[in-house]
Amino acid sequence: MTQPDFIRTQKLSCPRDDLPLFQPLDLRIQRGEIWQISGPNGCGKTTLLHSLCTLFSDYEGEILWQGKSLRQPLPSYLAQCCYIGHQAALHPPLSARENLHFYRQLCSNPLEQPLNDILNTVGLYGFEDVPVQHLSAGQRRRVTLGRLLLADTPLWILDEPFTAIDPQGIQWLLELFIRHSQQRGVVIFSSHHHLAGLPANMHHLNLANFQP
Amino acid sequence: MKHFLHLLQQQLQVLWRNRHEMWQPLFFCGLMISLFAVAFSHEPAQLRALGAPLIWLAAILSSLLSLERLFRSDYEHGLIEQHLVSPFPFMGYVLAKLMAHWLTNGLLLVLLSPLLAAALSVSSAMVPALLWSLLLGTPALSAIGALGAALTVGLPQGGLLLSLLILPLTIPVLIFALAVLEASAAQLPFQGQLALLAAFSVCAVMLSPWAISASLKIHH
Repeated sequence: MTQPDFIRTQKLSCPRDDLPLFQPLDLRIQRGEIWQISGPNGCGKTTLLHSLCTLFSDYEGEILWQGKSLRQPLPSYLAQCCYIGHQAALHPPLSARENLHFYRQLCSNPLEQPLNDILNTVGLYGFEDVPVQHLSAGQRRRVTLGRLLLADTPLWILDEPFTAIDPQGIQWLLELFIRHSQQRGVVIFSSHHHLAGLPANMHHLNLANFQP
Repeated sequence: MKHFLHLLQQQLQVLWRNRHEMWQPLFFCGLMISLFAVAFSHEPAQLRALGAPLIWLAAILSSLLSLERLFRSDYEHGLIEQHLVSPFPFMGYVLAKLMAHWLTNGLLLVLLSPLLAAALSVSSAMVPALLWSLLLGTPALSAIGALGAALTVGLPQGGLLLSLLILPLTIPVLIFALAVLEASAAQLPFQGQLALLAAFSVCAVMLSPWAISASLKIHH
């Protein structure tokens, strides 16, 4: 018996105001793969990512996670999924440390790594206790990305993760993606960037080729 | 439950960091009461009779002030989204929000009310009825208000609409609360009226979270 695909979409199309945003997609996403989704503005990247993390359910077709339908949010699926949208999703008056501490409470299988180590890794040494509202946009984005290191979640879904981040940060994030995929994790992210030095397990879905 | 307590702690921490916003409704309430006191200063007898109901009116109006912000900041910062994709029930978040709002609004007002009653020279015999009615009635104000806040969260100028939505819904609370105050003013036992007010609060607190959560899911 073959293992069902980690995530499979069958004739998935997302309508907006009754018009489909893209032609039906049949994707098969396996563990250990990185997927970049690109395309012009308004082509449905965010809606596709929202469908994959069950925030949007008015789609046509089917999304299967290991053979199970995701039309209803499954807690067991959400426990394995880390979604980072294009907003920072941080409490502005709280510090980076407090925000990450709070996200760790929301994880069902958190790692024990100290928060200071995580904040050092994302390059916020010395800014751990500054309220997030006083950080720059790039620093806030780094706090948000620190969530990826909080828990052992196989599936990462990221909407424009490179926004406001400097080139070294982008490089660091790509290396993190590659390491995650080597540990049989899945990364699905949307980005306009042309990324150099990509590994072979990287798939590129350009929604411009699927416009209705 | 552990999840709820974590969220509640988080909410209170956020509110405490923004405590200047937390005090505003209370100051508003205090100022309104002082205005009443000034307006009726030549008729102390009337002020004495009207005092307790005026405090209730001030409570309702001041609760409106804090409601517009209740879900707005979380909505704008993408936090509601994160609670929707968390493996824990979304209801935990809604309940933590409600609880935090009541603790920093309703409960503070209850604690402040003896002072307001003194400012309006309400007779001390009425103070227990006033305290009980506020203690048991303000949870309903929070629940109804949070529903209005959830319905208007995505609208750019939701403030006025919010008031228009909520104020009619608070009329039953006000009626039950006034019944308590009237009984107490007539020196009759007011436990029955208080039980009705409490029952209304229980219904509001039990039913509104479902409506709030459905509304936030639509808006996100």
